Amino acid sequence: MTAHSVLGDYLATLEQALRFSREEKRRILLEAKDHLLEDAARDEAGGVASDEAERRAVKRFGDAQAVARRFAEEQVPVVTLRGVTKNFLTPSGGVYTALHHVDLEVRATEFLALVGPSGCGKSTALALISGLESPSQGEVRVMNEPVRGIGKDVGYVFQTDAVFPWKNVLDNVATGPRFRGAPRDDANARARDWISRVGLSGFESHYPHQLSGGMRKRAALAQTLINEPRILLMDEPFSALDVQTRTLMENELLQLWSATGSAVVFVTHDLEEAISLADRVVVLTAGPGTVKGVYPVDLPRPRNVAEIRFQPEFARIYREIWNDLRDEVQLSYERSKRNLS
Amino acid sequence: MVENTRARARARTQHRVLVNGLRVAVAVLLLGSWQITTDLGWVDPFFYGKPSGIAAQLWTWVTEGTAQGPLWQQVATTLQEAALGFLIGVALGIVFGVALGRIRLLADVFAPYIKALNAMPRVVLGSIFIITIGYGIWSKVALAVVLVFFVVFFNAFQGVREVDRVLIANARILGASERQLSSHVIFPSALSWILASLHTSFGFALVGAVVGEYLGAIHGIGLMIATAQATFNPNGVFGAMLLLAAVAISAEFFMTWLEDRLVRWRPNTITDVSI
Repeated sequence: MTAHSVLGDYLATLEQALRFSREEKRRILLEAKDHLLEDAARDEAGGVASDEAERRAVKRFGDAQAVARRFAEEQVPVVTLRGVTKNFLTPSGGVYTALHHVDLEVRATEFLALVGPSGCGKSTALALISGLESPSQGEVRVMNEPVRGIGKDVGYVFQTDAVFPWKNVLDNVATGPRFRGAPRDDANARARDWISRVGLSGFESHYPHQLSGGMRKRAALAQTLINEPRILLMDEPFSALDVQTRTLMENELLQLWSATGSAVVFVTHDLEEAISLADRVVVLTAGPGTVKGVYPVDLPRPRNVAEIRFQPEFARIYREIWNDLRDEVQLSYERSKRNLS
Repeated sequence: MVENTRARARARTQHRVLVNGLRVAVAVLLLGSWQITTDLGWVDPFFYGKPSGIAAQLWTWVTEGTAQGPLWQQVATTLQEAALGFLIGVALGIVFGVALGRIRLLADVFAPYIKALNAMPRVVLGSIFIITIGYGIWSKVALAVVLVFFVVFFNAFQGVREVDRVLIANARILGASERQLSSHVIFPSALSWILASLHTSFGFALVGAVVGEYLGAIHGIGLMIATAQATFNPNGVFGAMLLLAAVAISAEFFMTWLEDRLVRWRPNTITDVSI
């Protein structure tokens, strides 16, 4: 099969353009090969000469570099947690295990939702990926490097308001580039662009206390996205909003995300929200958190969050995940009741 | 609806007029009864002074000057001492407060000393300052600095400690260096605590200046009070008190103005308890 000759080019491109481990490169190439071979075989079966079939297959996939990049970007995990355990010291001197032996992978351009009952270590997982906390055991890797301190590839949208109350919207959004050394004019120009993308144009000189909760969340999104993070961590970002604003923000998030091509790790306790937004839903057990199940969500994109929940497929996935989640929620509820009494 | 709103606005105006009227009435009642009882000889004006005497005393000071020189010179001296003490005390308080708030080791080392110094009634230091620095303005400035420093220091320290953890985490993730963290997050956040302390601390600066003058000085309102006391002149004591009150109130207005400029980002905070 002549498609093999093309793979040589791909390999060279991968070597030059992308730094991956040998194993990862192998996997990428095998996938690319499969696709190419499949396509070429289909053409040949249709009576096309093998040279022509190869040419057409390659054409369909674009040039070698683009193919290699696309496969690489889709396949390589940007975040890897391997055997991660996180213990905290409690004020009374005991040890609280938030996460226990967690294995997790987040692929580039993927929207991953983490769900679980309260106190299952969802937020801890984000703190570990961001580098705000370090694991007690195991390894956390971001962009194939072990996490040491806070990396530049990560953005974090917090549950509570994290915009700086003493800066107006423009200064708030421009903070990231300013911290990272951009000149003021440049940072402000980029900030204006992001402010308009999140729909806050005209509010540049407003202070956070003059904005509604939804508008503050928009400002927070712009503030985080302006740094163009490869990995966007979101910790129940919309839980404080009213239901209508929330749906609106979810749709906007999907739109913004589809334009960035970054990975999202979205923590929520709301299963409906998780399914409407994510490509995969990871269910964590009641504390200490371990991965109980991983569910792909094969709903088509672009999605409209307000309507997607009426699809039968949505209901099927919901039922499947809820079966798993229910026990954990029950367990967590029983525990909190016991702690109170 | 409109009728209703109008009626409410009218009621509010009437209420304001009533309050102001009653305020004037209280002043007239108090000053009037003081004046009348002393005039009638029920209360001895030799010990308690009387309003007309105080007014006359103030008039003498304005037109003929005080025993220590012209009146403006006394007021200016006290103001200068208080202002210098205030500025130096605030600067030192902020620097030490932020430093100890940020650097754990410093806080742990200095904590017992600061507690001990704070527990001491610091006004007694005035005597030391007069012995070491002398009768000029700087001994009063030093006393004012000591009084102001602790108020500002504790507020700055607490302000730094109370910074919202989420804001710090957010700044770190956005890429802040330690210095940027201090200037963009910790200092602005602590600023509202520090500013709250400025209102009280100018009062302390005045106390420092006046007490210092009391203990020994060449000019100043404190010295005027001391002189009036020594000559059994209650009208002089009350007159100087009025001057001090006027100075303190003008400073308070200035401070509020400054605060409004510096923390424009804040929602309408409750501006002091108004009693």
